[in-house]
Amino acid sequence: MRTKQAFIAGVAILAAVTMTSAVPGGGTVSGKVTYEGTPAKQKPIDMSKEPSCAKQYATPPPTETVVTGPNNALENVVVYISAGAADEPPPSQPAVFTQKGCRYIPHVLALQVNQPLQVLNEDQTSHNIHPLAKINREWNKSQPPGTPPIVDKYDKMEFIPVKCNVHPWMHGTFAVLKNSHYSISGGDGGFSLPNLPPGKYTVTAYHESYGDQSQEVTIAGSETKTVNFVFKAKPY
Amino acid sequence: MEETSAQQAHVHAPPEGFLRKYVFSLDHKVIGKQYYALGLLAVCMGMVLSWLMRFHLVWPTTRIPGLELISNAGAPGGIITPEYYLSLLTMHGTLMVFFVLTNAPFAAFGNFFLPIQIGAEDMAFPRFNMMSFWTTLVSFLVLILAFVIPDGPPISGWTSYAPLSAVGKDAGPGMGWGMNLWAISIAIFCIGSLLGALNFIATTLDLRAKGMTLMRMPICTWAWFITSCIALLAFAVLLPACILLILDRTAGTSFFIPSGLVVSDRLQPHSGGSPLLWQHLFWFFGHPEVYIAILPSMGIVSHILINSMRKPLLSARVIIYSMMSIGFLSWMVWGHHMFVSGMNPFSSLLFSFPTLTITIPATIMTLMWLGSLYGANIRINAASLFALGFISMFVSGGVSGFFLAQPSIDIVLHATYFVVGHFHMVMGVASIFGVFAGTYFWFGKMTGRMMNETLGQLHFWLTFIGTYCIFMPFHYLGLVGNVRRYSAFVNDYTGPLLPLHKFITIAALGTGAAQLIFIFNLIYSRYKGAPAPENPWSGTTLEWSIPSPPPWNNFGGKHPVIYHDPYQYDVKGSKGDFIMQDSPEPSAS
Amino acid sequence: MGKLFAVVLVIIALASAYPIVTHMYVMPEDISTHGHQIDEQLSDTMAEAGISFLLAQFVLAFFVWMFAERKVGVKLKNFPGGAKVMVAAAFILVGTEVLALGVFGQRAWADVYFTPPRPDALQIQAQAGQFAFYFRYPGVDGKFGAIHPDKIDEGNQNYFGLDPANEIESRDDIVSAELAIPVNREVHLMMHAKDVGHSFYVRELRIQQDFVPGLDLSVHFTATKAGRYEIVCTQLCGLGHYNMKAYLNVMAQDDFEKWMKQKASEL
Repeated sequence: MRTKQAFIAGVAILAAVTMTSAVPGGGTVSGKVTYEGTPAKQKPIDMSKEPSCAKQYATPPPTETVVTGPNNALENVVVYISAGAADEPPPSQPAVFTQKGCRYIPHVLALQVNQPLQVLNEDQTSHNIHPLAKINREWNKSQPPGTPPIVDKYDKMEFIPVKCNVHPWMHGTFAVLKNSHYSISGGDGGFSLPNLPPGKYTVTAYHESYGDQSQEVTIAGSETKTVNFVFKAKPY
Repeated sequence: MEETSAQQAHVHAPPEGFLRKYVFSLDHKVIGKQYYALGLLAVCMGMVLSWLMRFHLVWPTTRIPGLELISNAGAPGGIITPEYYLSLLTMHGTLMVFFVLTNAPFAAFGNFFLPIQIGAEDMAFPRFNMMSFWTTLVSFLVLILAFVIPDGPPISGWTSYAPLSAVGKDAGPGMGWGMNLWAISIAIFCIGSLLGALNFIATTLDLRAKGMTLMRMPICTWAWFITSCIALLAFAVLLPACILLILDRTAGTSFFIPSGLVVSDRLQPHSGGSPLLWQHLFWFFGHPEVYIAILPSMGIVSHILINSMRKPLLSARVIIYSMMSIGFLSWMVWGHHMFVSGMNPFSSLLFSFPTLTITIPATIMTLMWLGSLYGANIRINAASLFALGFISMFVSGGVSGFFLAQPSIDIVLHATYFVVGHFHMVMGVASIFGVFAGTYFWFGKMTGRMMNETLGQLHFWLTFIGTYCIFMPFHYLGLVGNVRRYSAFVNDYTGPLLPLHKFITIAALGTGAAQLIFIFNLIYSRYKGAPAPENPWSGTTLEWSIPSPPPWNNFGGKHPVIYHDPYQYDVKGSKGDFIMQDSPEPSAS
Repeated sequence: MGKLFAVVLVIIALASAYPIVTHMYVMPEDISTHGHQIDEQLSDTMAEAGISFLLAQFVLAFFVWMFAERKVGVKLKNFPGGAKVMVAAAFILVGTEVLALGVFGQRAWADVYFTPPRPDALQIQAQAGQFAFYFRYPGVDGKFGAIHPDKIDEGNQNYFGLDPANEIESRDDIVSAELAIPVNREVHLMMHAKDVGHSFYVRELRIQQDFVPGLDLSVHFTATKAGRYEIVCTQLCGLGHYNMKAYLNVMAQDDFEKWMKQKASEL
């Protein structure tokens, strides 16, 4: 029960982060992330080795390393202010990373430096969570069903690939960021960074397969500036 | 027989002060007891680990209260994680094989009784002897340290197959510093054992009393001597193997790691090594190690059986030659652990034949014990019951060796519970039965007080029936193909096997609990037992010619002279149906 | 007490033999062309080992029953013939038994390991990694693309480290999490370890072979019965070892071709 509540809370926080609209007194950077070229196909994942997960899907779910939407929209891109904004103290609400149906929900989890991280297992099988941190402290732990959430935090900014060795198709990302000005592109590729005080910023977009790109933007007052990112996609 | 050095010089001065008497003692008897205590501590730990494993296997979602306090990462909420299960498995195997089966029957009893049985005042190198114990203790502490470091104990099993054991922390939890500690601990253990083995060999060859020819040595002395020859060679191989492993892990060498390995998404910076090299080195040590565990118990059991039967074996010589041939053959069979490991399939044939050939000396020994029982008058007590139980266990564990020695059958039985049943019975339980028998037999000599016989026999019945209930069903599981070293049974075919697993777990918990009787008996008898006479079992060998417990220099400064073969039973002597080895009265023959 | 020991021992021996004699715990039915030899060897060995086991335990029990705790001063005897008979018996009986088992046992081994696969055997590559098996079929061109460990990208289903961007051979390689094979056709399984040692064990196929990193090993077998069977890892490979499994799907030739087409369309 407690895990469920925590999960809902986590989803709510994420929703709040991505959907907050501009408030008076601050500027907003918004835009779309798209790709050009032919991206890799989202292939169906064969989960036959884990029947308890496989049976949760009518058709095999697709891979999530490159998720695209209509009009060349590119999903799961972390757009954040990499320069110009002050470091912020972490929120006390935990960022929640859930393993369900042998997939990571969300696939990309953005959280702040020193923000509590909670990892939940809602499956009937044991997962191991192995965030392949290079700058932060690395760990690798199993989480059998019915055990309490794994709680941790990261004290340095880093994009950390996360994997489960027991189910090799499970790959995700922790985006550990220094401030709360971040957004993850949705199904339409859209993102929005509200509440930016006037100033000059570097906006960076990070995609787990395609790397990152940055743009400069200057906010003066409560305006909304549009910044778009285009990633080059390759079929292989 | 020329005068030997033991006759001429006191090996060391009488100990003075608490430290010299009980801690940093040079006295082989104190060191023997220290080894015994270390073995006892290790066996208790190893047994608790096995309880946790067995419990987890059949009740995987049931909390084990308090376990999270010992390792929160390993057992969050009291539920054992898959990696902690493997940690327990690794530590169980390592503790049992190295610190129990090598220490208790060989180092503990050997240290205490080998010098006495050959009429020496101490070991040839008392300082080395002290050093081997303290080295072994350090090795033990280094191993146990793995339980308390954040990384946790290693998860690669007591065999530590490379490259799992060699690539470092990417291979999984516990494979960082936990694995380093394991490799360091075993390397230190090798040093301690090498020193001990050298000492045993030198003592046996140089310090025998006047008249004590090699063939007049008791069978258990022979067993310890043969074992120390094996140990000298075996640990001399494991030590460099461990050093190479440590180098691979810490210095960037690639003895055991080939190129192009991607472990947990990381390309490993190694090339040119061979994982099979580790397996060859490990089993070149590992198979003789099995005989290091079992030979001393064979000797102890023969020694006790002869005393209990009140007549000599049909031929002690045949037993000794059989032990020698087992020791010799043990060097040619290591490949039978590797039939399906990718070794050249032709070499499997080569390894199969010597393995099957070991059946011959083993059968000869069994027939010797059985045939000698014929026409005897067997005294039944805790010691002799465990000795008889040893024969039964040795046979039960031995016949399953028939299967595993054949490469074709090994295809289906390799890495199943059949193997677990086999080696637990033949090298684990049988060897421990030898230790139990030795303990009930010699406790009076070691401490000056006799063990409680009623408790001892109760302990035997529970242990004898209990161990069969645990380990016989392992064979059945193996015949179905139940794979070992699994922390949970997720395969489709394992469901129907769960009732049998539950039976084993309950038997293991019960049999384990029965060992508390033994521990209680040890402690109780140590302080409240009946005083031990000099020769409570009417034995013939030298340990029964001196007070219980023996003085620091064993023979009180006298130099025993040996007149007889060790086992002059069923004869008319001045004290009864036996003649002591150092008694000048003529033997019947 | 001696008599009690004898009785307990006989009960233990009989109880131990009961599940064996009644075939309570046996391997599943063999579905390979070579497996019957292993099964025969196993049952021959079981008979010999079983008889030795029961005989030894019964003799031990009998002697303890007869000769334990007799009257004080009773005249002791020795086994007629003494040690020589024992040694001779061991050499002749056990020696013959051992030789027989050893020699005949090698036939099954030879059949598995000394006969090369037929040239037209279906070539499949098996890769074992922490903690899953993946299988690769060469595709229509009949050629496997090269493996580049640095190209492994599991999140993107590139489990083998193929480089389809630069190598045409790997573009049509079919990678599957289950091992689909046609019934009654020989399969030549080439084994590749991605990270540490693993093993390939299918009880029904009577096949077990380790994956050794850096070593190109292979096994070959023919499955004679369609069905779904479990492939399990038997070489301790890390925390997920217990859950490292895959399915062997033996299908009729038509179904296998359909399966291949379906897989090719997903590329």
